Amino acid sequence: MTEHTVSSYDEELTTIAGRIAEMGGVAEELVSDAVSALMRRDLVLADQTIAKDVKLDELLLDIEMRNVQVIARRQPMGQDLREIMAAGRIANDLERVGDMAKNVAKRVIAMDEGLKSSTLAIGVEHMTELALAQLKAVLDAYTRRDADAAKLVRDRDSEVDAIYTSIFRELLTYMMEDPRNITQCAHLLFCAKNIERIGDHATNIAENVYYMVTGDRLTDDRPRMDETGVADKENA
Amino acid sequence: MVRKPLPMNEMPNTVEKVTDMTETKIAARKVQVYYGDTHAIQDVDIDIQAKAVTAFIGPSGCGKSTFLRTLNRMNDTIDVCRVEGDIKIDGEDIYDPKVDPVQLRAKVGMVFQKPNPFPKSIYDNVAYGPRIHGLASKKAELDEIVASSLQKAGLWNEVKDRLDGPGTGLSGGQQQRLCIARAIAVSPEVILMDEPCSALDPIATAKVEELIDELRENYTIVIVTHSMQQAARVSQQTAFFHLGILVELGATQDIFTNPQDKRTQDYITGRFG
Repeated sequence: MTEHTVSSYDEELTTIAGRIAEMGGVAEELVSDAVSALMRRDLVLADQTIAKDVKLDELLLDIEMRNVQVIARRQPMGQDLREIMAAGRIANDLERVGDMAKNVAKRVIAMDEGLKSSTLAIGVEHMTELALAQLKAVLDAYTRRDADAAKLVRDRDSEVDAIYTSIFRELLTYMMEDPRNITQCAHLLFCAKNIERIGDHATNIAENVYYMVTGDRLTDDRPRMDETGVADKENA
Repeated sequence: MVRKPLPMNEMPNTVEKVTDMTETKIAARKVQVYYGDTHAIQDVDIDIQAKAVTAFIGPSGCGKSTFLRTLNRMNDTIDVCRVEGDIKIDGEDIYDPKVDPVQLRAKVGMVFQKPNPFPKSIYDNVAYGPRIHGLASKKAELDEIVASSLQKAGLWNEVKDRLDGPGTGLSGGQQQRLCIARAIAVSPEVILMDEPCSALDPIATAKVEELIDELRENYTIVIVTHSMQQAARVSQQTAFFHLGILVELGATQDIFTNPQDKRTQDYITGRFG
């Protein structure tokens, strides 16, 4: 894209985009660390993950302040306006991704004993890989201003949802088999829910990237895969 | 919970596209304007909606004012200027030799960049048009036209006690609204405004913009402005001119959020080289 006649305007927009990329990096790290802590029952890592979430809150605040300044001083139009709006929304989603990771880390600490068998958590780990891949892909799409890549991310969210549904059923089976599994499975279920939500945030970001680049909204025609019928108020 | 956004048809009402609902007041086809050998306007096709505000934007020298002036044949007054093509208002060709430019300009009024009241009283400024067009036979009738025009221009309360005072004694913003009252007094259907706020402070500008918004209920308004924010604020339809060409015409809400042409995009975002 051509540069603005006023070069400081370009610098402001570049800085905001840079902050989003920074938030994305921190969010990915938090998610990955939280699930590692879960799999290895690493309480130190869980604590670090919880502490690091503050960084995302700070970055969100920073981006919001910068956005307000650009709107007040530049009155952005066209693509610039869409970019500012998208940056604000994407920052919000990334901050929420951090919260989801923090929730998982808190559960690691709350679980009074380690995973009895890590096979129970394998589904969660697999789902995390997928959610992280989604997050990475959408952050790349943002950086490259690639609407097609963003659309792909949006369309792939159903895979994360499908895994969540199968984890839900699997954990339900374990709980019915042996009531002693219930505590652990309930914790894992909440973890799985948090990871599934990360996929949703990646989808939100994808929709915002698409709008930012094209000026059009993605039409809402993707399939819905969550068949658990469970409303989760924990993270609402 | 998996996100379930509302389908589009259940979304809260988005901004109405006013321009979709109205009829065409002015239709221009293949309009060319030459200043001597200079081809200042090339092949402009545009439909201007009735009872809506259409804004012309573009860099200096892009032809937006020149094109505006073709709409009431103001260019006739410039010797070297030649207009070709077809401009119809309500289906009537305004360049037809049978059309009297003076009558045309009563129907298509104009407000200029600098407020230019006549060196006469406030009353006479507004009464001038109706007098020369013979719109009032009695003094009472003329009084009525003057009062209602000043009211429509949002100036009445500020000047009703000093109608005999000089128009030039008003503030810049009041003078501009006086000029709008003067344009309204001859019951035009179209009002052309050539940067009507560029000499006004922000508060006077806001008053004129508020007035424009009220006037569009009864008049077709075309405004040339250098302020994109102003175009975004007051218009329903925006036309972007560049190098004598109409680059893009669209609903204002689209032009300023999602322009289709790269040149429009570059201009409205401040990237013009």
